Amino acid sequence: MAVNRVVITGRGAVSPLGIGVAELIEAVWQGRSGVKLMDEWRQIKGMRALTAAPVPKTDAKSLLPRSMRRTMGDMAIHATLAAREAVEDAGLSADLLGSGRVGVAIGSTTGSPAAYETFYEKFLAERSIEELKSGFFFKIMSHSCAANVCLALGITGEQWSPASACSSSAQAMGLGYMLIKSGRQDVVLCGGADEVHHSVTMVFDVLKAASRNHAQPLVTPRPFDIDRDGVVCGGGGGILVLESLEGAEARGAKIHGEILGFGHINDCSHIANPHSNSMSAAMRAALQEAGVAGSEIDYVNAHATGTPQGDIAEAGAILKTVGSKVPVSSFKGHIGHTLGAAGALETIIMLEIMHRQEIIPTLNLENPDPQCGAIALPREIVPRKIDLMIKNNFALGGVNTSLVFQRWH
Amino acid sequence: MLTDKEIQQRITEVISEEFELEPSRLVPGATLYDDLGLDSLDAVDMVVALEKSFGIKLANEEAIKAVRTMDDLCRLIINLKKEN
Repeated sequence: MAVNRVVITGRGAVSPLGIGVAELIEAVWQGRSGVKLMDEWRQIKGMRALTAAPVPKTDAKSLLPRSMRRTMGDMAIHATLAAREAVEDAGLSADLLGSGRVGVAIGSTTGSPAAYETFYEKFLAERSIEELKSGFFFKIMSHSCAANVCLALGITGEQWSPASACSSSAQAMGLGYMLIKSGRQDVVLCGGADEVHHSVTMVFDVLKAASRNHAQPLVTPRPFDIDRDGVVCGGGGGILVLESLEGAEARGAKIHGEILGFGHINDCSHIANPHSNSMSAAMRAALQEAGVAGSEIDYVNAHATGTPQGDIAEAGAILKTVGSKVPVSSFKGHIGHTLGAAGALETIIMLEIMHRQEIIPTLNLENPDPQCGAIALPREIVPRKIDLMIKNNFALGGVNTSLVFQRWH
Repeated sequence: MLTDKEIQQRITEVISEEFELEPSRLVPGATLYDDLGLDSLDAVDMVVALEKSFGIKLANEEAIKAVRTMDDLCRLIINLKKEN
């Protein structure tokens, strides 16, 4: 079996900070937040979490034809716009996309929750399917993002859609990495998408894991801070083009970085609680596959969503795996927790960190929690040599993922 | 009671809005699939939109399948409205 080196040659982003990679990067370097107050959620009985990081309103009609939009919820639109940008960034031709050698691995937490709600609102009231549109199922199916991207871009290779909520796109990148490494595919569009919806935030609200700091939406969530009070859910789509080094070099493609290892550990101790040992096991597995020691890592991008339990567990895992000197930050303060899109959107920011050789600090971190404070938490943009990075993403249900990236010289 | 012309106008409005097509393209001889680019999924949505707009039921699936052009569609709806 072939063992190919796997590089990243394309990036596409739809995020709470705008449409496009440039918009995301610019806003992050300016220290801006995409979080806002969702005033309309006040009307939902029992709902106490009133902030979210939605994608700014866009006119999808001007960006995608009706024949595509009819089967897309917001998340599939996010995924498709991001995929289109990533394909353009990578310079993939229509012939290559349709060659069977290009596949996709694009996940999401569920299908479009807004489409579910539209259907059940009428169905439960009238027990009728008489006005049901043909596109309904294609918006709610678990592989809605992957299928719609393939259709929109003429992709004929393997279609995968890892669904593991908050680690969906990290799993997708890991899967794409394995597909290319093994030689099954030459190129894989990897990532994920999700959309802001009250039914998503309420899941975390019920678990008492969502931020209730709606009086100050611009300073929540606050990963690693003593005053952090939970997750702020976001929406968006992030796509990375993964490709064999051989193929990328043959095409003369610009290489943004290399993936060296993927750690993927299940934790069966509790369905919801974070498990520090499983987190560090995922990091160790990724490092081992990369052939890199923890002490060699130059930057850690934490999953850190701003929950009291999760941040402490992850800080402990990071300390144990790479020590107290390696700078660590989380981007949840900038873009919230974009769930299925998180791994890919955050990786796009990491690639820019590696490109600029500057570490972005955690937004809203003012007073590090002593229980997280043993790790290095920069508070401002720090210039630093960054050749090796590790990225964490974890999900409810026991999923722990880590990816190791290397700078391309 | 709508006149045939009013029915035809309303069909044009419904199809134009539902499928984002310029009304000028919806001439009587335009074929739904080849000229207007609709497909089997659109046919489902077309029935839903017309039923809602005209307050009728398009239950005869064979009659719907036989529709080829905008003119066929208008005749179908006009006849149904008359039967009702």
